[in-house]
Amino acid sequence: MSERSIELTVNGRSYSGTADVRTTLADFLRHGLGLTGTHLGCEHGVCGACTILVDGVSARSCLMLAVQAEGSDVRTIEGLAEPNGDLHPLQTAFRDNHGLQCGFCTPGILMTLMELLDEQPDPTEADVRDAISGNICRCTGYQSIVAAAMQAAAELRKGRRA
Amino acid sequence: MSRVVGHPKHRIEDPALLRGNGRFVDDIALPDLLHVAFVRSTVAHARIIGVDVEIAKDMPGVHAVMQAKDLKPALMSLRMPLGASPSSAQNSSTPFVLSDKEVAYVGEPIAMVVAHSRYEAEDAVAAVIVDYDTLPVVTDARVGAVVGAPVVRTELASNVLNKLKVEFGDIEAAFSDAAHVFHDDLLQHRGCGHPMEGRGVLVEVRPGGNSLCVWSSTQMPHDLFHALSAMLDLDENRLRVITPDVGGGFGPKYCLYPEEFALPAAATILGRNLKWIEDRRENFLAAIQERDQYWSLDVATDADGRVLGMKGSLIHDQGAYAPKPVNLPYNSATAATGPYIVPAYSVDVSIVHTNKVPVSSVRGAGYPQAAFAMERMMDLIATELGIDRAEVRARNLIPPSKMPYTKPLKARSGAAMVYDSGDYPASQAEALAAAGWTDFPQRQAAALAEGRHIGIGMANAVKGTGRGPFESGTVRIAPSGRVSVFTGATAMGQGLATALAQICAEELGIEAEQVTVIAGDTAFSPLGLGGFASRQLVTAGSSVHIASKAVAAKAIKAASHMLDVPEEELELSGGHVRVKGNSNRGMSLAEVATRLRGAPGYAFPADVDPGLESSIQWKTDALAYANACHVVEVEVDVEVGHVTINRYVALHDSGKLINPMIVDGQIHGGIAHGIGNALFEVMGYDESGQPLTTTFAEYLLVTATELPRFETIYLETPSPMNPLGAKGVGEAGTIPAAAAIISAVEDALKPFAVRISQTPIVPETLFNLIQKGRAEMAARGEAIS
Repeated sequence: MSERSIELTVNGRSYSGTADVRTTLADFLRHGLGLTGTHLGCEHGVCGACTILVDGVSARSCLMLAVQAEGSDVRTIEGLAEPNGDLHPLQTAFRDNHGLQCGFCTPGILMTLMELLDEQPDPTEADVRDAISGNICRCTGYQSIVAAAMQAAAELRKGRRA
Repeated sequence: MSRVVGHPKHRIEDPALLRGNGRFVDDIALPDLLHVAFVRSTVAHARIIGVDVEIAKDMPGVHAVMQAKDLKPALMSLRMPLGASPSSAQNSSTPFVLSDKEVAYVGEPIAMVVAHSRYEAEDAVAAVIVDYDTLPVVTDARVGAVVGAPVVRTELASNVLNKLKVEFGDIEAAFSDAAHVFHDDLLQHRGCGHPMEGRGVLVEVRPGGNSLCVWSSTQMPHDLFHALSAMLDLDENRLRVITPDVGGGFGPKYCLYPEEFALPAAATILGRNLKWIEDRRENFLAAIQERDQYWSLDVATDADGRVLGMKGSLIHDQGAYAPKPVNLPYNSATAATGPYIVPAYSVDVSIVHTNKVPVSSVRGAGYPQAAFAMERMMDLIATELGIDRAEVRARNLIPPSKMPYTKPLKARSGAAMVYDSGDYPASQAEALAAAGWTDFPQRQAAALAEGRHIGIGMANAVKGTGRGPFESGTVRIAPSGRVSVFTGATAMGQGLATALAQICAEELGIEAEQVTVIAGDTAFSPLGLGGFASRQLVTAGSSVHIASKAVAAKAIKAASHMLDVPEEELELSGGHVRVKGNSNRGMSLAEVATRLRGAPGYAFPADVDPGLESSIQWKTDALAYANACHVVEVEVDVEVGHVTINRYVALHDSGKLINPMIVDGQIHGGIAHGIGNALFEVMGYDESGQPLTTTFAEYLLVTATELPRFETIYLETPSPMNPLGAKGVGEAGTIPAAAAIISAVEDALKPFAVRISQTPIVPETLFNLIQKGRAEMAARGEAIS
């Protein structure tokens, strides 16, 4: 296989390394960088478990090649908590509302919602459901996820006003 | 008033999962790891003439290509043992570790490629050439059951694996005395379990080369441990099976699978650490599925719609093999009468092999089919007699005055089937009131006047939970004061650790966050059964409850000696044994545990055994019966056959709730699964047994935009069957869901006189039923209202 060198930023840290050209970004993050919080649920771009932010935009890391992320600023679930270790308000809201059970789809849902709450600080429940309609969760029935997103949105709006 | 139990506590599992620090099987890194991909049958039934691995084995990165003959030196048998059974014996329907003579479903493993990366392993899989001599295929169990049908495996004389009759009462008298007899044929389709994490196996060859550590994303680590120990002829001290974080179970991880034997065998032979992670396509092809059943039922009633008897037949599609004892159709046949008084009952069950992936439990395990069959018959009685559907049910429900109610049937354990507690009529009445059942006809008429077809439906369910014979629970306080719970129960995302920690913390006077729960690790819990049948809170919870009480009593007894204070003047709080009324006087649990650890030659407190710990294996043969009533409101777009769920009310009586937040999550998820079964999930096969739906783009799992807000109501009738008063909740949400939704859809389509006797009803199916209804009405010269 032909390898190429890549440089990218993940959760604010610079990484440089090599990747087979066909290595997916998900596999590179998981097995190359050891960031195993990004999960693979289908590897055909439907379930959304592997969703990450690439230059601020949600992307299915199973459908991207690592070499396509050259020069990108990537954010994964590991980069969500505050630098001091405190949970992000979205993570806290998921805990408060039982927005996760097995936790396998959760990283992708959190990253999808990060994008939503950034673009739309005051979403309706329907907006949230629409935003996560490309993320499959077999455990929760989604209601607790929607509740968590609404709590996080309110919390983040408070933060913005303060 | 309990302090910890019964409250919606935050889960102790969550922080790691929310930070991306979970440890699922594919997250575990081992040195010098090789990766495995499987060569799987591309045809549904064939003799294998030859397997050519010459090209594959020389491809880049390939370490080995292994077939059955290559694994044989490490295995006592190439045929798998029967899982989850008292004998563990293999039989002519257990699967093979790798198949070398014949394949009986698309996806059956034939060979394995071991390579330096999964990418390279998959490259080589594509280069393995299998020469097949195709054989006749059976995809419909009804066809396979007919004498003279081609057999799904040439080693079988017949596709009928087993026949049984479930009966009680005088069925002939019931029908001869009946005022009415109604008939229906019901078809219930299989679906997949689809945990978001597929299966996966990781094997570490421990230094020295003759002991193995196996991580598997399974619901049954102890079953796997004992089966592997026997199959590899490995001393138990040389084998450890661990379930890491599991990304959902839902039934498919209840079985022993070929891959769980192939990897340890290959690792033994190669002396290398191996990993196999199932991808989604493999999960569609090779993880068990469930629910294909064909019921044909007659119900006899008196003039008022009271059931006198029900009889008929049930054909259960077992797929190509039976990896564990076939209990599902027995569950279905014995559960069908549900919460109702049915004086006479007789159902002939046929369990039939087909050339499809093997069948075992998916969330509900035979009960959803049973509920669907019975509830559809209740609606049929109501429709035919012109009685309200809720009223027909009310006339037939077991009244609380008859509780505990003994069904003249036996559970698998042989124990009598005794519904232990619950008030079914009150449950139904409360759910109906919450859902606005009585004023619905007015709303329906108003909607119809606007051209909208709305409908309401309902279903009741009873589920036996907490299946035994036991589950293990050890509670130990270390000299550091740390509290641990060890159990053979298996965590697969449902919040087991939190619930057990709450039960433990309640008795020890500490907080749940101070308890560490180690579930599903055979090195720490020699005894265990695992996760199935909505059982773990009831069984492991009872063990942990009793063990925690014993540890608390022991701490007080030991502290009584150490403080020279009578036991009755001591209590546990805040991690200390304290003198009541004098919070300054006492000692920490760490101090007590340190003393009970013992020191060489020093005296021990009298009458106290070493170690601040207790191990309990709480046993049960009986089940704790949970009940539910679901009421659903839908709207059907009759032009396209699309169903929108507008309202969903679910009442559950699952006994005493340990963590109501977790319970609500289980019920929500269960309902969503049932909605999938009712409206979305189709596992398609063509006539040659080729799976047609092998991606999430083709097989639809329900997403957030299709679901309503669930309105849940909980009654808490304590079960007298266990010390917690608890009943299981893992499957209860799924069981009545499809029946309630179909009832609602049928109600919405009253103007077309549509009868729905199947699941799922995807838009095309529903559209065709509506068209048929229109045509029949037109033929009768009736106008559509």
